[in-house]
Amino acid sequence: MLICTWLLLVCSVGETAADLYVKGASVPPEPSRTPSRSSPEEYGNPGSAVARSAEAPAPTAEDGASPRHGGGYRIVQWEWSYVQTPYIIALWLLVASVAKILFHFSQRFTTLVPESCVLILLGLVLGGIVLFASKKQLYQLDPGLFFLFLLPTIVGDAGYFMPARLFFDNLGAILMYAVVGTLWNAFCTGFCLYGVKLAGVIDDRVEAGLMDFLLFGALISAVDPVAVIAVFEEVHVNEMLFIIVFGESLLNDAVTVVLYKVYISFVEVGPGNVHTADYFKGVVSFLVVSLGGTLVGLVFAMILAFVTRFTKRVRIMEPLLVFLLVYLAYLTAELFSLSAILSMTFCGLGCNKYVEANISQKSRTTVKYTMKTLASIAETIIFIFLGISAVDKSKWAWDTGLIVCTLIFIFVFRAIGVAGQTWILNKFRLVPLDKIDQVVMSYGGLRGAVAFALVVLLDGGQVKAKDYFVAATIVVVFFTVMFQGLTIKPLVTWLKVPRSTNRKPTVNEEIHERAFDHILAAVEDIAGLNGYHHWRDKWEHFDRNYLSKMLMRKSVYGKSELWEACQKINIRDAISVIDQGGNVLTSARLSLPSMVSRASFPEVTNVTNYLRENGSGVCLDLQAIDTNPGAKVEEETETHRVLAGNLYKPRRRYQAHYSRHFMTVRDQERQEREVFQRNMRSRLESFKSTQYKRHKKDRSQKKRKGSDAKEQDANDKPRRNVSWHDKDPVVVPLESEEEMGEHSEKEEDVGIVFVARKTSETPKERPSSVSAALEVCQSPSVAPPSPTCGEKNLPWKGGVGVLPPCVSVEATKIIPVDLQQAWNQSISSLESLSSPPVPQEPQHPRVSALSRLGGPLRPAAAGQGGSGTGPTPLTSRQFQFPGGKEEEESALSLHLQEVQPLMSSMRPPSSTTQIPGKRRNPRMYLRSLVTTPPSAREPKSRGPTQL
Amino acid sequence: MGSTNSTLSKIPNAGDLMQETGFSPAHIVRLYDRYKALDKDKKGHLCPQDFGAIKELAMNPISDRIIGAFFSSGQEVLDFPSFVRILAHFRPVDKNRPKDPNSPEHINSRSNKLKFIFQLYDQDKDGKISRQELLQVLRTMLEKQVTEEQLESIADRTIQEADLDRDDAISFDEFRKSMEKVNIEHKMSIRFLR
Repeated sequence: MLICTWLLLVCSVGETAADLYVKGASVPPEPSRTPSRSSPEEYGNPGSAVARSAEAPAPTAEDGASPRHGGGYRIVQWEWSYVQTPYIIALWLLVASVAKILFHFSQRFTTLVPESCVLILLGLVLGGIVLFASKKQLYQLDPGLFFLFLLPTIVGDAGYFMPARLFFDNLGAILMYAVVGTLWNAFCTGFCLYGVKLAGVIDDRVEAGLMDFLLFGALISAVDPVAVIAVFEEVHVNEMLFIIVFGESLLNDAVTVVLYKVYISFVEVGPGNVHTADYFKGVVSFLVVSLGGTLVGLVFAMILAFVTRFTKRVRIMEPLLVFLLVYLAYLTAELFSLSAILSMTFCGLGCNKYVEANISQKSRTTVKYTMKTLASIAETIIFIFLGISAVDKSKWAWDTGLIVCTLIFIFVFRAIGVAGQTWILNKFRLVPLDKIDQVVMSYGGLRGAVAFALVVLLDGGQVKAKDYFVAATIVVVFFTVMFQGLTIKPLVTWLKVPRSTNRKPTVNEEIHERAFDHILAAVEDIAGLNGYHHWRDKWEHFDRNYLSKMLMRKSVYGKSELWEACQKINIRDAISVIDQGGNVLTSARLSLPSMVSRASFPEVTNVTNYLRENGSGVCLDLQAIDTNPGAKVEEETETHRVLAGNLYKPRRRYQAHYSRHFMTVRDQERQEREVFQRNMRSRLESFKSTQYKRHKKDRSQKKRKGSDAKEQDANDKPRRNVSWHDKDPVVVPLESEEEMGEHSEKEEDVGIVFVARKTSETPKERPSSVSAALEVCQSPSVAPPSPTCGEKNLPWKGGVGVLPPCVSVEATKIIPVDLQQAWNQSISSLESLSSPPVPQEPQHPRVSALSRLGGPLRPAAAGQGGSGTGPTPLTSRQFQFPGGKEEEESALSLHLQEVQPLMSSMRPPSSTTQIPGKRRNPRMYLRSLVTTPPSAREPKSRGPTQL
Repeated sequence: MGSTNSTLSKIPNAGDLMQETGFSPAHIVRLYDRYKALDKDKKGHLCPQDFGAIKELAMNPISDRIIGAFFSSGQEVLDFPSFVRILAHFRPVDKNRPKDPNSPEHINSRSNKLKFIFQLYDQDKDGKISRQELLQVLRTMLEKQVTEEQLESIADRTIQEADLDRDDAISFDEFRKSMEKVNIEHKMSIRFLR
């Protein structure tokens, strides 16, 4: 809390500084003695003075600042005006994040009080501080900001991760509540408020006619998606109930938008001038806005799905594409004044299936995480700003009658509306909604930021009673979010509403439920009912025969959902087996936790985490990711380790990684490491004594564990396999170097036994002929752990999805002889590092491309200099053009994909291993990792200052 | 209502059928119309070919099994009461309907629904879903996209998961256990229009 206040002070101080800056700019500056200096720096100075004397009154600060102008070149300059906007935004985001973190410190508190309440309270406090500090309210929930940035992030998340099946299963009810319910609420609230006004309960100062009240009723009656998500995610009611309330809150947008616009135009022309035709126009407008919005969303969904078909070589763009197009769907709908929320919801809903199938696993995780992060922070900001906005007394005027009546009416009409609609719906629903559901639904009709933004948008000139409406809206929002949000959890518990279970379906359930769908569709056909299942079946046929064919990648199109589901369950079980200390590889018929006897196993939290991250199943919670109970790094590696060994082949679609970007670094590193370790272990024994001093402690620990080395063997093997799976979190290369060292350390202790094992397990994968084996283990050793860009893109590294190249027994026998020589040679030739590895056939164009590739590495090593590894004169020149390097890399990487395997087979083993001998030096490797990124980044960082 | 009653009177044993299946008169009349419509040759009973003529059904991967379930007892013809009885499996479970402890379980009860599904799998009617039977179902449901190897792994996995007595087959009890947590009442019901 203290931090927040501090940040806020900084913000407001910055704000005053900015004001000063504007003042300073308009007033001609004091005659300064540095005419050569350009103006921005001068103007920056007053601000710095303000910052130094932070609490000092502003005018004196400026006076104090002027003498400083003569200081000549200033080392530190205050560039507040330059960074102001992004800085304030960043600070606000920080405030929101910190608030969230602090809130989640106390488990008990979190279960009692919904986050939204606390955030609003925090907003109130912060608003008070700002008001106190700067005498006027600087911040408020700006409708433009809200509708263009904050709301889309939440709706995008909601739409994209909407459980489609559940949504369409309940579509009838959702539409009913969204359209009829909202209309009912809007009209009843509006008319009744007008009636109450006529009756004199509402003060005469509230100058509002029927149209004004109807307008107010329209904007106050819509259930708010933000509030509903925020509150319901913590309540965990059953999925059906959630999807109905949640779906309603999203789909009622069209109704709200149309009603709002219609009434505003009516208010503008005056109630007397409204013709009958206008009412019909309103109805037409509703159809256009809702259907048009939906259509726009679906069109963008198609585009998005179609585009992601072709991202095979630019995986890195996938998440961005998802965000962009979903957001564009929203903006386009806004552009044509259609229902943007509908558009975005249906875009997410429509594209999800195809996009998820098309993009890589990493992209899925990225999309998921980023969306959840954005939505979560947007939600936080919205609630904080709601609180802050409420403090601004200039904006609203209090009328008890209006406020109390509004509260009563919206609550009563919501209850009546729900009861009435449910009664009708239950005549048609397969699963009737019972009384308890209705209570929760009416109680869950929360109003929120949308209503507030709409009421702030009102034109005070047209709507005389705007200030009163603002006050009423704020109170309604606060009441519903805070009071109802606070009490809904006890209510749900008290009513014994069925809660949602976090259980994942077993394979059996998965299969049988798929069968149910077919059975039900068939039975409907036989019974001659063109019911829901009939149409769903038809849709699935259409989807399979046309849509999926068009929108999905060929490689993915063949995949069956059922197969995928089984795969996921397999993975899950494998993980949980490992969590329980079992060994998947040795137990042939182990009892799996998702079996019926599952009850004996405790739910392993780790498993659910893993699944969440991998996007299996639908995740209703906005913050599902947040609730990770501290997944430790060890656990992660543990899970990853298991994955590969015992499961089936990884999916084809994850295999293509040809493009140049940092994500592939790891894959390739690990693979290098693997082969490297396998072949060089004995050599390294002598080597590490000198080079690995800092890992000594680590190693000694490992040694202690040496008793169960056998088991470690088995465990270690899969880890490496998994390591270059796509499931890994993205790790910046800089971090991985440390790990790299440790890993090789671990592997060393394992002993060479495991090589033989590996072979025996997967003999069929690799030809056992000596020459083939040679090639297999050689080729990676051409590329020892030095991450030249080309190596990142070696086709068998990114690309291979089956188990990693296995070393046959013959290989381990034969290779070391050559390598021993090579090692000795390389050690002795450390000083002659500068001579590049000369390819055998320099005239060959591909080969020459390879030789050029040495470039990026050498400058990196040389950049460090002085560490006794012989810097080269050659490299310094290349180092001067870091910008050009990237382009070169990209060109080279393509070359190299073709060249590398070719090269490995061309060269005699002794000459190839010479190169690794030199590069194997881990220190150099580390250095190259450290130094390369900055050199690549340099031109970029220079950018802003040039601007 | 009058027309409903008059049609109802034409249906043999309508009263007993309603009592047994829980269908309303309107349901029965509706189903009777459908029954007659399916019976194109007016032969007074349905045979598998009549079902085969439903063109939507042709797209259903497991349609032959479902048709087979209608002719479960080996006979080649299906009369109206059997037709209704089988469809009654899919009637939603209504909580209000009084449960007479003496009478046998309702046709649409949970275990009856499960039994119906089970017999779709268990084609040789030995009370067990063998690996082979499961593979057949999977093969039809997964279409041709999945390799045989994958199919087998799914099947193995499924059996391994449900199989409690380690006989490499799923008995009905095991089947019921594996579906314990699924809301069969909801998921195996369709809404018969009134």
